[in-house]
Amino acid sequence: MKLSEVRDILDAEIIVGEDCLDLEVHTAFGADLMSDVLAFAKAGSLLLTGLTNTQVIRTANVLDIAAIILVRGKKPSSETIALASELKIPILTTKYILFETAGRLYMKGIVGCLSKVENTSGRT
Amino acid sequence: MGEPKPNLYSESFHIEGGNFNSAGIVSTSIKSILKKLGIPGDIVRKAAIVSYEAEINVVSYAKKAVVNLTVGPGVVRIEVIDEGQGIPNIDLAMQEGYSTADQRIREMGFGAGMGLCNIKNYSDDFHIESEVGKGTHLKMTIQTP
Amino acid sequence: MNVEAIVAAVGLEVKCGRESLGREVTGGYTGDLLSDVMGHSKEGYLWITRQVHQNIVAVASLKEHAGIILINGCEPAAETLEKAEAEKIPVMVSVLPAFELSGRIYNLLTSPG
Repeated sequence: MKLSEVRDILDAEIIVGEDCLDLEVHTAFGADLMSDVLAFAKAGSLLLTGLTNTQVIRTANVLDIAAIILVRGKKPSSETIALASELKIPILTTKYILFETAGRLYMKGIVGCLSKVENTSGRT
Repeated sequence: MGEPKPNLYSESFHIEGGNFNSAGIVSTSIKSILKKLGIPGDIVRKAAIVSYEAEINVVSYAKKAVVNLTVGPGVVRIEVIDEGQGIPNIDLAMQEGYSTADQRIREMGFGAGMGLCNIKNYSDDFHIESEVGKGTHLKMTIQTP
Repeated sequence: MNVEAIVAAVGLEVKCGRESLGREVTGGYTGDLLSDVMGHSKEGYLWITRQVHQNIVAVASLKEHAGIILINGCEPAAETLEKAEAEKIPVMVSVLPAFELSGRIYNLLTSPG
């Protein structure tokens, strides 16, 4: 689905990336621990998190995350917004908690990142 | 080591310990360098993840560090040499879930005892040496097609 | 819907607190930051997390959660199980990541019937 549809499903506000609404997303990963995101999340996924610091943007950049969804109405700091704009990573914020954000997206067809890093490290 | 073939690219970076706002700058640079060199996306991501976790470790636990990036034929090497407290028990530190992180590190979303595991899992070859009171030396190799 | 029905529907491994599986589930909360969960989760919620240390039991007990589900096949620490058993809080494990598990449980809790 398009990022614009994600915004509508979550009744979300776009903080960075108004020009990225046509981006296509199919998978999502939800976590508050960035090392978990680094271990499991896939490139092109949505990242759902309650953290708002600049490390969320760095993590998203490292993994080529499609867009960040901040849950429970969290607003990022000005540093976070500046870094996301610089690295061209969209940030949306929704008033729903992570559980409900995941639930709403899941019911519209977004799926999780199901395999562990060991299975995707390219060692066949 | 005696690598016979010339390196395609090499660069060194510096990381300042304790500077949490700067964590990630080096890995972001490494990522864009590797992209420009035409390294495939999944390899670039692995290198970026490995250097990012190492950067987080340096800002969390060390005074300062040098990061050496070397791109050779078929290989990306990342070496992180820090000056700092070192790791008393490497086997323990390598255990998933083991952490000595304080609240500040945890609030950033790190410190859950996964950093070194992530580094090891995303590297094709991984070496760690550490001396208490002196520092830690990480060597990561990622193969490229 | 009670905890037991969710265990069966999404295939959870029950680690302890079986006597409390009849508890009614009123909602879910997914999160790994204990202070966040303390502040915002509610009574009767199933808490979905990747934290495995014993502090999660204190949070679940204070907030009167219906149970704790660990994701990604995380193994609870021995002290966590000991405390949860004493507090009669079900601790369960899912092989799924947080997004997928939250999605499935949300679906169960919100679907009519």
